[in-house]
Amino acid sequence: MNWFDKLLPPKIKSGAQRKTVPEGLWKKCPACAAVLYSAEIESNLAVCPKCQHHMRVGARKRLDIFLDAEPRQEIGADLRPLDILKFRDSKKYKDRLADAQKKCGEHDALVVIQGQLKGLPLVTGAFEFAFMGGSMGSVVGERFVRAVNACVEQNIPLVCFTASGGARMQEALYSLMQMAKTSAALTRMGERGVPFISVLTDPTMGGVSASFAMLGDVIIAEPKALIGFAGPRVIEQTVRETLPEGFQRSEFLLEHGAIDMIVDRRAMRDTVASLLSMITAKSLALVEGQTALAAAARSPKLKN
Amino acid sequence: MNNYLDFEQSIAELEAKIEALRYASKDSDININDEIKRLKAKSRKLTQSVFASLTSWQVSQLARHPQRPYTLDYIERVFSEFEELHGDRLFADDPAIIGGLARLDGRSVVVIGHQKGRDTREKVERNFGMPRPEGYRKALRLMQMAERFDLPIVTLIDTPGAYPGVGAEERGQSAAIARNLYVMAALKTPIISVVIGEGGSGGALAIGLCDRLLMLQYATYSVISPEGCASILWKSADKADIAAEAMGITAARLKRLGLIDEVISEPLGGAHRDIGAMAETLGNALVSAVNDLRDASPETLVSKRTARLMQFGEFEER
Repeated sequence: MNWFDKLLPPKIKSGAQRKTVPEGLWKKCPACAAVLYSAEIESNLAVCPKCQHHMRVGARKRLDIFLDAEPRQEIGADLRPLDILKFRDSKKYKDRLADAQKKCGEHDALVVIQGQLKGLPLVTGAFEFAFMGGSMGSVVGERFVRAVNACVEQNIPLVCFTASGGARMQEALYSLMQMAKTSAALTRMGERGVPFISVLTDPTMGGVSASFAMLGDVIIAEPKALIGFAGPRVIEQTVRETLPEGFQRSEFLLEHGAIDMIVDRRAMRDTVASLLSMITAKSLALVEGQTALAAAARSPKLKN
Repeated sequence: MNNYLDFEQSIAELEAKIEALRYASKDSDININDEIKRLKAKSRKLTQSVFASLTSWQVSQLARHPQRPYTLDYIERVFSEFEELHGDRLFADDPAIIGGLARLDGRSVVVIGHQKGRDTREKVERNFGMPRPEGYRKALRLMQMAERFDLPIVTLIDTPGAYPGVGAEERGQSAAIARNLYVMAALKTPIISVVIGEGGSGGALAIGLCDRLLMLQYATYSVISPEGCASILWKSADKADIAAEAMGITAARLKRLGLIDEVISEPLGGAHRDIGAMAETLGNALVSAVNDLRDASPETLVSKRTARLMQFGEFEER
């Protein structure tokens, strides 16, 4: 301690002791750099109140703000990824998985929950981008297929929020095959008249966009999400020119006819509920009809 | 004139020696035929030993060999007739994917394949075998036609990947690939796919969802190119050889993993050393695959195809 520090009263001393503001109370918007009160962002569903930038949200959070509070049942929660190829780059795939699992508290990059949206039963999936870039490997593919199967069995719609860099390289060709697997599951679902709404959030690229994400009966995107097949850097290197402003953003896709609509996160529940209530009008009537039939079939038994 | 790869240098030197001797023997009375014969046997043996233990990266170089036979080379030799059909009826004709009606061992099929160019002009015209959305949409149109007329589909895969370009993105590259997967999953006609060179990711899979997946011995199939994988995970494209090994992109490895059905042997030194022989082996494999699948009812075919796709993936359940 030098002579100057000795002179200062304890309260003015610099360093860790002077920490009065808890960490994470304030957050900077990554788009407009406005300093925002965390609770305010939270209550605004992670949309910047100043510039309306849609910040990335984790899978659980996403499902939480989208679904009704009750009931909720997770699908495929017991599935765990395997390092079948013993893949190792600068780090072992096994260790990468362990790190990601620790960081996100998830076992893989897709979380699926069966629940309700304004009372309408449905299955909803959401990608965890923080888990290895939301990349699709065997577990993501299998969970998606199980989500589809649950929808087909119960004749209820599927909604999936994507946020993914694409296929998971560490699972090599297995991950590529998930594109075929997930798409084929949707083919079956489509044949049975069970609707799928795909919601593309920032970013939705590569193998995920080139399979189930682009196969929604209705495709919605959040504002300004990056959506495409090849990443902008790869394209820039290939064509050797600077890409136009807004290239591969939601607005660009809407203009080019690739998606149905852009929906603000805060209006997502209302919009999807409205779409589903109209699109399932027939199948809902069918379900009610079947319930009535089943009740009618049961009633003589009851009389006996 | 053969074009030799780095790892074939010892073979190239020996072959050059044989050539020189042949040339010399023309001007002299000394009979050196025996010597040439001996050297040729030696060259064969050397080739066998070099090719017996190729690394994944070396196989990857063979798959992209400048003299490697392309789709049209096989169409010419494997099918007795071929009428090429053009265009997606929406925007354009993509020369990076060709397709049409063909006759295989007397029976009509629809054949579709990626097409690379041989010389610089053709390479550019074919966009190095990298399709744009219109290529995939043309393929889809032809596959739906095949279903309509009850014709088996044969697809030949050989692409570095779908083209990463501005126009391709504007016209929905992702959507085009996804749509193909969606439709192919339920096509009521047999689909047989053969990776003949490079199986480059989604750009390959977009015509590769099938009932029977075959691979030539020195073809590769991967989720990303070894260079691409290396530059992302190893931060250097120079580590492509390590990435190639790690991903397991060769026919032999993929067969062991159960991801493909059959490996088709190539002539010694690779398909380009004897295109005729390669085409014959390929033709036989295609005919037997078509025969295997042709009697199945469309319903059985589709349900088996779906079941096959659903078992792709390795995970554990706790």
